[in-house]
Amino acid sequence: MEIIKLIVLAMIAVLAAMAANFGQDWPYSVHMFIVMACAFYLFVKALQKFGDPRAPVDTGYQDDVVRAGVIATSFWGIAGFLVGVYIAFQLAFPALNLDLPFTTFGRLRPLHTSAVIFAFGGNALIATSFYIVQRTCGARLWGGNLSWFVFWGYQLFIVLAATGYLLGATQSKEYAEPEWYVDIWLTIVWVAYLAVYLGTIIKRKEPHIYVANWFFLAFIVTVAMLHIVNNLSLPVSIFSSKSIQLFSGVQDALTQWWYGHNAVGFFLTAGFLGMMYYFVPKQAQKPVFSYKLSIIHFWSLIFLYIWAGPHHLHYTALPDWAQTLGMVFSIMLWMPSWGGMINGLMTLNGAWDKLRTDPVLKMMVLSLAFYGMSTFEGPVMSIKVVNSLSHYTDWTIGHVHSGALGWNGMITFAALYYLTPRLWGRARLYSTAMVNWHFWLATIGIIFYAASMWVTGIMEGLMWREVDAQGFLVNSFADTVAAKFPMYVVRGTGGLMYLAGAIIMCVNLWLTARGVGQTHTQPTAQAIPAE
Amino acid sequence: MSFLNNHKKVERNATLLLVLSLGVVSVGGIVEIAPLFYLDNTIEKVEGMRPYTPLELAGRNIYVREGCYTCHSQMIRPLRDEVERYGHYSLAVESIYDHPFQWGSKRTGPDLARVGARYSDEWHVDHLKDPRSVVPESIMPGYGFLLETPIKPEQSRDMLVANMRVGVPYTTEMIESAVSDFKVQVDPDGDWEEMVERYPKAQVRNFDGQDALTEMDALVAYLQMLGTLVDFSTFQADASR
Amino acid sequence: MDTYSIFRAFADSWGLLAMMLFFIGAILMLFRPGARAMHHDAANIPFRDDAPHPAPTNTDVKGDRDA
Repeated sequence: MEIIKLIVLAMIAVLAAMAANFGQDWPYSVHMFIVMACAFYLFVKALQKFGDPRAPVDTGYQDDVVRAGVIATSFWGIAGFLVGVYIAFQLAFPALNLDLPFTTFGRLRPLHTSAVIFAFGGNALIATSFYIVQRTCGARLWGGNLSWFVFWGYQLFIVLAATGYLLGATQSKEYAEPEWYVDIWLTIVWVAYLAVYLGTIIKRKEPHIYVANWFFLAFIVTVAMLHIVNNLSLPVSIFSSKSIQLFSGVQDALTQWWYGHNAVGFFLTAGFLGMMYYFVPKQAQKPVFSYKLSIIHFWSLIFLYIWAGPHHLHYTALPDWAQTLGMVFSIMLWMPSWGGMINGLMTLNGAWDKLRTDPVLKMMVLSLAFYGMSTFEGPVMSIKVVNSLSHYTDWTIGHVHSGALGWNGMITFAALYYLTPRLWGRARLYSTAMVNWHFWLATIGIIFYAASMWVTGIMEGLMWREVDAQGFLVNSFADTVAAKFPMYVVRGTGGLMYLAGAIIMCVNLWLTARGVGQTHTQPTAQAIPAE
Repeated sequence: MSFLNNHKKVERNATLLLVLSLGVVSVGGIVEIAPLFYLDNTIEKVEGMRPYTPLELAGRNIYVREGCYTCHSQMIRPLRDEVERYGHYSLAVESIYDHPFQWGSKRTGPDLARVGARYSDEWHVDHLKDPRSVVPESIMPGYGFLLETPIKPEQSRDMLVANMRVGVPYTTEMIESAVSDFKVQVDPDGDWEEMVERYPKAQVRNFDGQDALTEMDALVAYLQMLGTLVDFSTFQADASR
Repeated sequence: MDTYSIFRAFADSWGLLAMMLFFIGAILMLFRPGARAMHHDAANIPFRDDAPHPAPTNTDVKGDRDA
């Protein structure tokens, strides 16, 4: 077995070296070099361990990979927010583009979106799902070191995607920009993730599968489906990073937004609802308000979400029947979304007083409030008349960020605050005051962000369509760009506050993990540093 | 009433839960996407569409690479102001050879679906080099480096072959002459007649105004052909679409 | 009739009815007799997570004991 591992790693290293040599473009060669370096490193490590007696199998929960996930989530969060703040200011001060190929908005924007969605959000989902599935199943993660493969394989995917964007490898499908070989790698990692997750559920000791796991499972399997179908493409050459999409034009557009909307629906909603259904009851120390509602919430949410994609293509060349279908389902989606929000908030019934003393719980409530707000705003924007104004404008950007910063960000921060003391065996967080600072910086930052985007979005939408008494357009496009400047500065400032809050969180988590100011209180929960 | 206990099975059987979830999430996509491939009225029937010339295709690849779609749409909606500002609303057939589509989702800059032949080549080069020299309000990055980046015509053959394999009607003749067609499109003194026969309405000019064949040539050639192909006198709107 | 109209007619009638029935069926399923106890039990799963069960016998248990 160890021999096979060594041979495979050596072959990968050699093949990657050859591919790097024959590469037809920069991104391809650089990527193959990275792959070669990783394979070589693993080869050397495997060689050092060769023949060592097998370490005894642990029987407790496998938490080292969750600890690594907490660190990765915090790291990529800061990286993603930082790029976001930078490109926000690029839109206010275009000189920041530096006019270098690697630093233009067009290349950094995919870096930002992928870093926050897939690196920050994805690591948060993997880490929390591994934590939750073990505790709600009463079983250790299935597959031994396979979970470590999922973790490191996912980090490699992130590095390949990010460096690819900077070097200009992109297939230009929003939130699915990585090129063909990165897509194939992610598919392999994702199948391993599904195997670990499903394997753990199958060997569970609880008779029931807790509802959080339903959401995680639906998230994993649907993202796999979306990822594969939306990335069907033909490489120009095996030695080129460039690929040609299988579909074109209108079919490709709907496939993309079927993917794009459900990246929101399953990556950023279903998966994070899994987090919500575990951490909110735990932090409030009360079971979920209605388990029945959570089941209705689950089935109706996953059924309806998939249909909503066409609302990204209102009034385009997509046939009207598809647009109408997309609009109707988007409006219906409001119901299960609010069902979930109400279920989360009502869990606190009888425990509202805890909000006064527990800023982590406060974050969870705020995230649910933002979830409710953006899942109301979304259906409104999917109505064709509203969309004719809002589409193509900054309103969409504001909508996405109230969901992403408010819902996904806040629930993730709350989960990190919940996990860190427990994973590193500390009685409490280093500082509750710092959590409060984080809470308020983030909240005010989001308000700055969302409000400024409402203003610019509606303003530019109205300016574009403004005609005078003779029926001529009043504003040139450049006028509308100039008018947005002050709001772009406000938006950047909001982002900066959000980033500042996240940095405070990282310091707090670091000092908590180090155990500064507190003694080690839980001898059974050994802190084992992440590999 | 035994069927009422079935949900218990779902709640207890991980594989069943997985399969059921996958089934439930498949419905919407199948109902919405699959018909687009065979309903005849999805793609309008008009005259004039042709595959991109090798040079235009290379320009399109640069457009994709630089992420132009993050700020520019190529989809004019049938709304009064848009038709006034940008021209006839976009048809599905106009992106039929776009693998992938470039409709975009955001207009930080204006729509480009019909930007072709609206400005001079010099304007485009100046604008790409230093956007604020021609549009003071612009917040677009400068792409001066395109003028200094030579482009290799040799890769265009592979590019055409790959596009042909996914259904773009490139003929054997087009593929055989891909490299020479690429070079001749920037050379008004060359023998470009055959190329224009293969690709009607193809524009032959030295797009970047300098001797070297650069990425700027390709990008400007692409921008200058956007929205110029369809003959709208042959277009009839379908009421039930 | 063309394909489009056939599909449209089907979606407006039988397709809609099938989805409606499925939805009502799913809700009825939840309110079946005996579900309450099961749901109560399932809702409390997060509070039974002291350690992997059955609890291992060695003292080297990793995992939190926060409940």
